[in-house]
Amino acid sequence: MADGNPKKADLAKSIETESLFLGGIKPDKEWTELPVEFKPGNFNYPTKPDIIEKLGFPNPRKWTPLDEDWKLPENWKEIILQALKDRLEKNRALKLFMDTCVRCGACADKCHFFLGSGDPKNMPVIRAELLRSVYRGEFTRAGKILGKMVGGRKLTKEVIKEWFMYFYQCTECRRCSVFCPYGIDTAEITMLGRELLHLLGVNINWILEPVVNCDRTGNHLGIEPHTFKQVVESLVDDVKEITGVKVNPTFNRKGAEILFITPSGDVFADPGIYTMMGYMLLFEHIGLDYTISTYSSEGGNFGSFTTPEMMKKLNAKMYMEAERLGVKWILGGECGHMWRVVHQYMNTMNGPADFLEVPVSPITGTPFSNAKSTKMVHIAEFTADLLKNEKLKFDARRNNHIRTTFHDSCNPARAMGLLEEPRYILKRVVNNFHEMPENTIREKTFCCGSGSGLNTGEYMETRMRGGFARANAVQHVHDKHDVNTLTTICAIDRVTLKAAMDYWVPDVQVAGLHELVGNALIMEGESERTEDLREDELEDFEQGEGKDE
Amino acid sequence: MKILSPLILLIILILIAWVGTALAGLETLFGLVIPYVALILFIAGFLYRIYYWSRSPVPFRIPTTCGQAKSLDWIKRDRFESPSNLFETLIRMAMEILLFRSLFRNTKAELKPGPNLHYGSNKWLWLGGMVFHWTFLVIILRHYRFFLEPIPFVISLTEKIDSFFQVALPILYLSDILILAALTFLILRRIFGGPVRYMSLFQDYFPLYLISGIVLSGMMMRYLTKTDIIKVKQLSQSLIHFDFTVPSGIGAIFYIHLFLVCVLVSYFPYSKLMHMGGIFFSPTRNLANNSREKRHINPWNPDVKIRTYHDYEEDFRDKMIASGIPLDKD
Repeated sequence: MADGNPKKADLAKSIETESLFLGGIKPDKEWTELPVEFKPGNFNYPTKPDIIEKLGFPNPRKWTPLDEDWKLPENWKEIILQALKDRLEKNRALKLFMDTCVRCGACADKCHFFLGSGDPKNMPVIRAELLRSVYRGEFTRAGKILGKMVGGRKLTKEVIKEWFMYFYQCTECRRCSVFCPYGIDTAEITMLGRELLHLLGVNINWILEPVVNCDRTGNHLGIEPHTFKQVVESLVDDVKEITGVKVNPTFNRKGAEILFITPSGDVFADPGIYTMMGYMLLFEHIGLDYTISTYSSEGGNFGSFTTPEMMKKLNAKMYMEAERLGVKWILGGECGHMWRVVHQYMNTMNGPADFLEVPVSPITGTPFSNAKSTKMVHIAEFTADLLKNEKLKFDARRNNHIRTTFHDSCNPARAMGLLEEPRYILKRVVNNFHEMPENTIREKTFCCGSGSGLNTGEYMETRMRGGFARANAVQHVHDKHDVNTLTTICAIDRVTLKAAMDYWVPDVQVAGLHELVGNALIMEGESERTEDLREDELEDFEQGEGKDE
Repeated sequence: MKILSPLILLIILILIAWVGTALAGLETLFGLVIPYVALILFIAGFLYRIYYWSRSPVPFRIPTTCGQAKSLDWIKRDRFESPSNLFETLIRMAMEILLFRSLFRNTKAELKPGPNLHYGSNKWLWLGGMVFHWTFLVIILRHYRFFLEPIPFVISLTEKIDSFFQVALPILYLSDILILAALTFLILRRIFGGPVRYMSLFQDYFPLYLISGIVLSGMMMRYLTKTDIIKVKQLSQSLIHFDFTVPSGIGAIFYIHLFLVCVLVSYFPYSKLMHMGGIFFSPTRNLANNSREKRHINPWNPDVKIRTYHDYEEDFRDKMIASGIPLDKD
């Protein structure tokens, strides 16, 4: 944690005492009267001018949210109103979400940012009202005439600042939409709000620089092909050292049966790299004919936090590369927003993928009919099928030092319904598994607090507030069951929850599902395993006889 | 202000109807003209709103999944929380529309010392909402007796059930008691419910007051002032048969009731009350979660320039050769 970030005890105290509604205190002003105050820790750094230029986005300039004047284009108001009008006609959800909210309040205490900050504008209903009030005030007759009386307001520069603060204080996790009686999805509002702000050059570097990188090099980190290969090969060496087995990934190999795409965080970020090792061990174990692409070396899609066009542009590489390499289908690694894009957007944007085949597991012969059109399978689906068909030799006792709980990542839970597959795998390969409280898992899972491109160092205070609800549930199972590992199937989680755990529950580490699979696999020709993939010592148990239950 | 001004508006509306009929004798205006105008405003407004929504496409398939999706055969799926086909989706929507499924999930977060977050069950809003909407429906159905001759069996059966707890004459309808209780709850929770009060607007209080006014004036006619039902039925028959005659002497309280109904009906399509139509349209609820199985079409799928592999290889050719990555063009 960098200097200047609040200490855990101070932040905890602040949450406990200042959290407005939860503590029964009400702000003395209407939300429309509350000032928007930027201070270090509550905003992400704006995009560098050269990045905006590379993207061809409008209004590149040097600025910071701390400035009084944000140097908006002269006709900024016209731009926003025209764009809002245009988007309303392009997206029914937006119109509905503007019109149907009854402010019943069911969503109010469902947002992790609200729970961790008590800021009323973090109640999903008010986050949407930030936009809805302008829709009323500028587009509806009643709002134009009666204005404030009916919750309408005019678009001002102050509103733009407010949008920037709160549309980048929403992680598009969709938890509120589970509870909304009309299914109003704040993620849609936030996505639209950010899209509008891009038109004024109001955006953050942490999202747009990865977009530029991904376009050029194929991954968010901007890693060029030779380095990408080199890094994966260094993981191959680590695997060899720990297990005595050499795994053999290939790169850009034509004629492979399967193209494997995972977020680049699994290749470069600790602890994601252990998950990558797990994938490679698994593929070696079953003799999978797969290849990894350097051109399409990113599962994630920061374009999806930008505009529909940018999302499509980055995502297109998956199908293009699958076609070029002549694979039969695509297997996708563990990632949250990547799977939102793959499951709900990819086929619509970049399909149909007629050049691919309906995915069939080459090991078990199981057809993945739920992916028959998109032709991309989630690795948890793939591995669950392997385990069910008893195709893996493993010993769960190799994970006996791990006492884990499972964090449902927002998008696999609420945009895919992928809930049982990872649990099935986890229960097979780990002997100590404990669920967090029921209102904090599955479709009601809490976001890590840093998703949708907000995982920056400068944003740490807000992130830790946002991550508090998740961390608090982990703390519960840590206290009750001595849980020491938080398993997740999201690359962003592996980075952000690690920070949140280090801050809130320091005794708990964060692991990927396939890291634990890799730990448990009994590989042909392996040396005696004394360490897990992190090179932590295994607990003593009688090695030898492979036990796979 | 947000709480009182809609009440003042309601009082003004009541006064308009009272002055208009009891003092000015404008019974034709309040008995015929305004109801017709209100009906036209309602139908036109409702249809327009549906058209306004429908003309925007649904670019992406974005259901919120609230349970296990269809996956491998042996994984037990949650058909109605993560529907995979039209039938299952219809059931999900029926549960949402008829039983308020999502509201039933509601929890209440509480911050305890530590700080520790606790989530308790919180079904009061669900209960209040269910009671309000269903009794409102029963009451509307009961009113069909004024328009239909003979009274259909369904309507009389509803009435029978509704008056199950009859204790005295005139029949005391259960729905009258329940809707009053529900309205009281819904109003009080807005006024005293911290966050809900904070987010509430004029237009959140006004319909509640208006409907309360309608219910109370209706109950007054039934239980207190004894409005002449025969004359009311004459008027309603006149309305549906376009006779344009208004029986005299129905009494101001009836016209207040009718006028408030007209206000509600005309206000409906231009307000949040359109959640009634909107709930059928919500893309997070009315789409099957089958987007990997069946391609969803976006009519404005944008054309974007994609960086091709060819360009990528051109840029990194030497580095790729050096690290032994196969190339398309040697």
